[in-house]
Amino acid sequence: MRLITVAGPPSSGKTAVICKTAETLQADGVSVGVVKFDCLSSGDQALYERRGIPARTGLSGNLCPDHFYVSNIEDCLDWGEQSSFDLLVVESAGLCNRCAPHIKDVCAVCVIDNLSGVDTPRKIGPMLKMADIVVVTKGDIVSQAEREVFVHRIRQVNSSAVIIHVNGLTGQGGHELGRLLRDAAAVDSLQGKLLRFSMPAALCSYCLGQRRIGADFQMGNVKKMELG
Amino acid sequence: MDNSYADMTLERLFCEQPHAREFFSALGLSALPEGQTLGTTVAALNEELLLDVGIERQDLLRQFSDYMAGVERLRKQQQALVSSVTVLGGHDKSGNPENFRLELRPGEVTCIVGPTGSGKSRFLADIEWLAQGDSPTGRTVLINGAAPDLARRYAVEQKLVAQLSQNMNFVMDLSAEEFIRLHAESRMIADPAAITATILELANSLAGEQFTPLTPVTALSGGQSRALMIADVACLSSSPIVLIDEIENAGIDRKRALSLLADQYKIVLMATHDPILALMGQQRLIFKNGGVSSIRSTSPAERANLTLFEAMDARLTAVRHALRNGEEIAGGW
Repeated sequence: MRLITVAGPPSSGKTAVICKTAETLQADGVSVGVVKFDCLSSGDQALYERRGIPARTGLSGNLCPDHFYVSNIEDCLDWGEQSSFDLLVVESAGLCNRCAPHIKDVCAVCVIDNLSGVDTPRKIGPMLKMADIVVVTKGDIVSQAEREVFVHRIRQVNSSAVIIHVNGLTGQGGHELGRLLRDAAAVDSLQGKLLRFSMPAALCSYCLGQRRIGADFQMGNVKKMELG
Repeated sequence: MDNSYADMTLERLFCEQPHAREFFSALGLSALPEGQTLGTTVAALNEELLLDVGIERQDLLRQFSDYMAGVERLRKQQQALVSSVTVLGGHDKSGNPENFRLELRPGEVTCIVGPTGSGKSRFLADIEWLAQGDSPTGRTVLINGAAPDLARRYAVEQKLVAQLSQNMNFVMDLSAEEFIRLHAESRMIADPAAITATILELANSLAGEQFTPLTPVTALSGGQSRALMIADVACLSSSPIVLIDEIENAGIDRKRALSLLADQYKIVLMATHDPILALMGQQRLIFKNGGVSSIRSTSPAERANLTLFEAMDARLTAVRHALRNGEEIAGGW
């Protein structure tokens, strides 16, 4: 089974892109399943299922969604194997720009949208910098010039990825993205595989439920800003 | 890893390759010491800083050489001239063959007509995808009469089609001048200031109402925005084909806009049902049921009608103008 990780900031169009692409893949006889990771709630599973795409949801609640995702990814792969999918897409929550869900030797996709502004590529960490495929959405509503500048800015932080435009509403570009995903590497097991980059670190008193503010209550991995 | 960069001091690197500085600041690595070589600087970078910006030390130099190679390619790109795009028919949604061979040449305007869902978007997608009988329509696209290098399919910097549509807006928080300059710089144009001035002048000649270089792009009127987008695509976009999805009537000289694109050797494809625009094209493709049902050249009789429609349009424009000036619309219009 082929495995794809899809990451990207909230509201960038991950779900729409996956839906449109999965539809073109299924039309070509490729069976696709999706696991959606989110934080508090998600209606996306129903959205997928309405389109005939089997889906599962993982909600991280008060845990870092990235850490939650990596602790569950092997089980997701098992579910995909048992369901005999040709291709399993794992959509991560992408709640912080420092997310790093991509895995070595597993096809990594990052979705970002033109509307988020030309400085956005600089603000996103490993999920963009280490992606194999960068999908740019919402290109139909900004000027051609902004699209070209946006692509240039992506190139500055990821010199090797394939950059492709997909329209999440009309599905334009979905067929082309599907062709790339069909060539993704097959993955039998994730046991011992490496993340492409370390996930955002955490482990301070606030991770463990501390609610009181003040130096006395900050313990563990605490970092201070310099205000000059 | 490219050792020639690793052995250079940052000072020399930034001086010889101004784009290098942008690479590091884009990654969140600004204020690097410029006296040392790049190799030394990278080796001395704080591990925590690398974790914060999200890049591994061993990847940094490789990414940098990749990026510089890309910059070099863009700069050298004698825009591989596209002298023709040929589309060979496939089939419509019911599988009926299309049986056509269409040749599109720079400087020509081809219109696209047909109801919603008739396959206009798929046709353009086939061109962008350089379809080789492997798209849902089974069409084949040739560049300069030959099968294209398929690596081009995913080479975003060499995209074949640039787009202009009514739904497009400027979203950047910049003045018109800063905006065009930014675009020119990202295209590695040798003299960004000169091309910026040209584009602003052209845009103003297309727009009914003038704007200044200092006007924020988000404050431009509908007509001014469209004028600036057209002038920018004509002069700065790297794509040889321009797809226009209707140009509205709002305060823009549409005839000049089209001839500007044609003068810049763009292959113009225009989806429109506006009688004047549709007849301005040399030919039009008529879509039905997902396929091209026929191709019609604009006939001399149609051209004669175009003159008539233009006169009608001029009269309506005069009424609009009079309305704007608060005049009474009476008498022999």
